[in-house]
Amino acid sequence: MRLADQLGLACGSLLANRLRTALILLAMATGIAGVVLLTWLGACARNYVADQFSGLGSNLVIVLPGRNETTGGAPPPLGESARDLTIDDAYSLERSSAVKAVVPVVAGGALVAFGNREREATVMGTTAMFLPVRRIEMAWGSFLPSGDPRSAPAVCVLGRTLREELFGSKPALGEWVRVGDRRYRVIGQVASAGRSLGTDLDEMVVLPVAAAQALFDTPALFRVLVEARSNEAIPRAVADTERILRERHEGELDVTVITQQSILDTFDGILRALTLAVAGIAAISLVVAGILIMNVMVISVAQRHVEVGLLKSMGATPSVIARVFLWESVLLSLGGALAGIALGELASRIAPSFVDALQPGTPPWSVGAALGVSLLTGIGFGVEPARRAASLDPVLALQRRA
Amino acid sequence: MIELAQVCRTFAVGTQLVRALQDVDLRIGRGEYLSLMGPSGSGKSTLLHVLGLLDRPTSGRYLLDGKDVTELGEVEAAAVRRQHIGFVFQSFHLVPRLTAARNIELPLVLAGMPPAERRERVAQQLGAFGLTDRAHHLPDQLSGGQRQRCAIARATIARPSLILADEPTGNLDRATGMDVVRVLEQLHHEGVALVVVTHDAELGRRAHRQLRMEDGRIVADTVHAAHVP
Repeated sequence: MRLADQLGLACGSLLANRLRTALILLAMATGIAGVVLLTWLGACARNYVADQFSGLGSNLVIVLPGRNETTGGAPPPLGESARDLTIDDAYSLERSSAVKAVVPVVAGGALVAFGNREREATVMGTTAMFLPVRRIEMAWGSFLPSGDPRSAPAVCVLGRTLREELFGSKPALGEWVRVGDRRYRVIGQVASAGRSLGTDLDEMVVLPVAAAQALFDTPALFRVLVEARSNEAIPRAVADTERILRERHEGELDVTVITQQSILDTFDGILRALTLAVAGIAAISLVVAGILIMNVMVISVAQRHVEVGLLKSMGATPSVIARVFLWESVLLSLGGALAGIALGELASRIAPSFVDALQPGTPPWSVGAALGVSLLTGIGFGVEPARRAASLDPVLALQRRA
Repeated sequence: MIELAQVCRTFAVGTQLVRALQDVDLRIGRGEYLSLMGPSGSGKSTLLHVLGLLDRPTSGRYLLDGKDVTELGEVEAAAVRRQHIGFVFQSFHLVPRLTAARNIELPLVLAGMPPAERRERVAQQLGAFGLTDRAHHLPDQLSGGQRQRCAIARATIARPSLILADEPTGNLDRATGMDVVRVLEQLHHEGVALVVVTHDAELGRRAHRQLRMEDGRIVADTVHAAHVP
């Protein structure tokens, strides 16, 4: 029997029971749409995280003081204790040929005031190199002056939100603001760069690193941003950073060096696991849809005993009969899958107009997986009813006694 | 063409054994016209099913065209049915969702014939059975006589050499029944062997050879050589 004829018979039977077919398609489509949409949300979350990191600037290596790893040795005060990461430590990294730029960063909170307006804001101390390394632009004015990072001119740069809150529509350039118990002259405002990794430059005041250290009365850096010369130089930059700091800290590696990629990989792994878990939960609905298909096929076979007997009397082999019934369940599941994919695709194109973090378009692999899973469902749950039909005794089937 | 030797068929009904066929010996020649009569439960239908390879004898031997088909597997038996045998049933057994033309086409579809060739054969068959203007009607839009003619057209489209009819007029009124009988007899004139199971004595008498069954045995086998229907 020709394939087209098998499909034709199967389609004919599905069309003869329109309501039943439509309901099963709906069940299957719902399940598939769920799987497609949840994997799409997962993919959106991963893209979102990747975007956040690319906002940091590429080729970035981040040095944090302290090391979150257990080492042997006696407990403090006899044994080791984390040493501060200092400005001298930071600039010693420039010795490495893999390092293009070094940016020390100090961070803390302080009260920022202009006139009678006060705001609690994040204070970041850094150097002129922060701007190119983090790929940030100025809205107006100038950024911190380049020059000796150990000198502390009394200037500051504001973020947009903070400037608006302190100055409203009045010009801020050249005005003096109070940060903590010191006064700094406003020399510029950074352009809005959006959020990246939870630090919102819009709400910050940026001081020269030495000024921030004096303000917080500590020589310790919050972190050091190291820009490698190229993407390929990142591993060497990491190795050199660790080597140099180990030397400077008496053989003790008491800093943590992370790369953008390593953070990204971690997030990616977590999000991938989450996506799979959520898609797995959604897949349960596919099993339910599969059971529905099986149920309907069992009923269909029972209602068509005479037809099966007739086909057998006309010389249909058991395998032909099995295939006709199997096609029915496969067509049901594939039809439902296509409808579900269309539904998911539609939703994934509409939703992004309401939620910024979502990108339109379901990932192609999820569409492929949905088709594959639905095909497996159709075959898996269709085999038993098809086998039942194929094994009917023709005489009993024709007499409706089977 | 057909040779049954010592064919028995027993069914287990609960703990009881029902002997539907007991030591049936029967030879049917090519193109013969047989009627098979007898009371209910005498084994007529079982014999018809055995002849059509839908049922298998419990013991004995069945030769079809000199070939032993007693022990054929399901797939081979299906092939023999496809090529040699056409069934006509009392309740027509048309597939309700298929049009007359589609129903008639089914055996060719099962045989895997290309659609273009099929269309031609179906058109011929529709013409021969006076169903051309009913080709695209569904079975429930046809009269009883038209349904049975459609079923006979289906049974014969693959040009079988044996037609097995189980009470073909049982669901039809007298006039329509006669119409169907004439259609079947026309096939016989074209050289097809015809076995008709019937309760209707008048219909039974039209056959050239009349078998009477009781309790699973053939108790009478009369031949009317000069019979003219």
